[in-house]
Amino acid sequence: MQAAQAGSPTAATDGRRAETVRGIALGLASARGPLIPILHAVQDQLGWIDPETDVDVIADVLNLSRADVHGVLTFYHDFRRTPPPRHRAQICRGEACQAVGGQELYAAAQDRFSGSPDVEVGEVFCLGNCALGPSGFLDGKLHGRLTLERLEGWLS
Amino acid sequence: MTTVWVPCDAAAVAVGADEVAEAFAAAGATVRRNGSRGMLWMEPLVEVETEAGRIGYAACSPSDVAAVLDGSAESIGVVDEHPWLAGQTRVSFARVGLNEPTDLAAYEAHGGLAGLRRALAMSPEEVVAEVTASGLRGRGGAGFPTGIKWETVRKAQAALKFVCVNADEGDSGTFADRMLMEGDPFSLVEGMVIAAYAVGASEGFIYVRSEYPHAVATLRRAIDIAYAHGVLGQSVLGSAHAFDLDVRVGAGAYICGEETSMLESLEGKRGEVRAKPPIPALSGLFGAPTVVNNVISMGSVPMILADGGEAYAALGTGRSRGTSVFQLAGNVKQGGIVETAFGVTLGELVEGFGGGTLTGRPVKAVQVGGPLGGYLTPAQFDLATDYEAFAAAGAMIGHGGIVVWDDTFDGAEMARFAMEFCAIESCGKCTPCRIGSTRGVEVIDRIRHGEASTRHTNLALLQDLCTTMEKGSLCAMGGLTPMPVRTALSHFPEDFGITEPSESEGSAS
Repeated sequence: MQAAQAGSPTAATDGRRAETVRGIALGLASARGPLIPILHAVQDQLGWIDPETDVDVIADVLNLSRADVHGVLTFYHDFRRTPPPRHRAQICRGEACQAVGGQELYAAAQDRFSGSPDVEVGEVFCLGNCALGPSGFLDGKLHGRLTLERLEGWLS
Repeated sequence: MTTVWVPCDAAAVAVGADEVAEAFAAAGATVRRNGSRGMLWMEPLVEVETEAGRIGYAACSPSDVAAVLDGSAESIGVVDEHPWLAGQTRVSFARVGLNEPTDLAAYEAHGGLAGLRRALAMSPEEVVAEVTASGLRGRGGAGFPTGIKWETVRKAQAALKFVCVNADEGDSGTFADRMLMEGDPFSLVEGMVIAAYAVGASEGFIYVRSEYPHAVATLRRAIDIAYAHGVLGQSVLGSAHAFDLDVRVGAGAYICGEETSMLESLEGKRGEVRAKPPIPALSGLFGAPTVVNNVISMGSVPMILADGGEAYAALGTGRSRGTSVFQLAGNVKQGGIVETAFGVTLGELVEGFGGGTLTGRPVKAVQVGGPLGGYLTPAQFDLATDYEAFAAAGAMIGHGGIVVWDDTFDGAEMARFAMEFCAIESCGKCTPCRIGSTRGVEVIDRIRHGEASTRHTNLALLQDLCTTMEKGSLCAMGGLTPMPVRTALSHFPEDFGITEPSESEGSAS
């Protein structure tokens, strides 16, 4: 993640990244249906999946076409194709959270952090915390009974 | 030294349980982490061991620790005797909240593994017959008889068969699967081992959504422990039966809760729905015969085998046998898990257990069965929870999620959201769902904000579109999205700006 965010990538960092991705892919390739576990592992380790270089490497290891890997990468909401921001809020827009103001919280959070380079506010549909909404993941940690104040406190 | 139980369930952690646990440990108490009792409005619900039983302290924060330990804090009494719990029939959730979730010895001490031991002494045919006799129906939403599914897989001739659990519990308002996985993971593992023995499967997967990181971690720990104790592996409990089990994590696609889409995802593909037939029981994961069951269904299996199918069938009503796990959610005062025999009325759940709305305002609408379930009104609170009774009312029980709304509910806004959600989450394979959902958002916008003179035409168009989606979609995503739309329209026409009673029918004249 650090390498990806540290300005212009060089051939050396590209090469290191490719080796890392290849190592991850080779380590999981013998599992049944390994593509999604590999994509998760790459994202966990590197923060995002490069739709050009990473896809090439994974396709090569699994003997799939680039189109196959691209198709899977782009189908699932979880996989990000750009480097992650420093902080990430994912606010639940499911019905149960909407019933206690989730939609308003989502809109307010988007307003509050629009234009911020460090914070990304996104939507998620249900975190399974439906009796204590509005819910959200703040940097991957689950929070219930969220308010804009608590969200700001966490992210600042 | 005082022993204090602090839940490790994600819902409790989301309101500060980890910080409370740390504070108790710092104060010198022995802290143990249990699953949640399901009285979620009380979380973090701390329990202190005493001679009289485990005494509960609701909504604890780190600043309450000293008062809880010296006994001066206000308690809710012995947790087991709390009327909210005592009024339930806990079968699937019998152990949840009592123990440390991955304590295998405690699991056995509370009846765990008895079902598996009995099953291994029976023939696979007898095991399937026991499940059939229980009347268990799939708890994922469709309500298909589990025994019939298993029998199909058992009879299929194949060298390789799979048992898969669909833990992609994406419906808003549902969290029972999550709480069972986090609170009693061995019941799911045991149920899968029994299923595998019954149908002749050697490998299994639990497909858990990525939004449930706590459940994933708990299951992985439980599976490691199960391998270490011979519950999984080459010789299950010393028998000739071999079974390997793995957890797979989804990637944020609601549609992967549909079983064929989940199978595609497990195979490493886009989660696009398959046309049926062939059914997964005959051609499922990698083309092999595959059992696909919901978490609660599979978690009910150990008890059915331990106590016999008849005991399970003795609970319930009509063709809805056993218990159902309802989840009270949304704008509700007392949200959480209510497990009770089928037949309890909607009003008893919302007003009784739920205690009405959190905001204290009147209930206007209740959505049962997730985003694809119908909206109901307090006028229907007499409705008994029974698969068939709900279907007759144009609604469904689904996975038992009940989302409560107060009188600020806007039926037109939520009908629009149903279509918007479908547009975002459609897998794109069939046209009625992929295109119909986007057209649905547009038509509803025109009904709400367009010229009054065109409303009648647009209402007819919306009904027509709903019919096309219902009849033409490949799976329940497109097929059931019209249910919240139509029920919102029929119960709350005024929210759409409709004043003529006949207008919401949308009949073109």
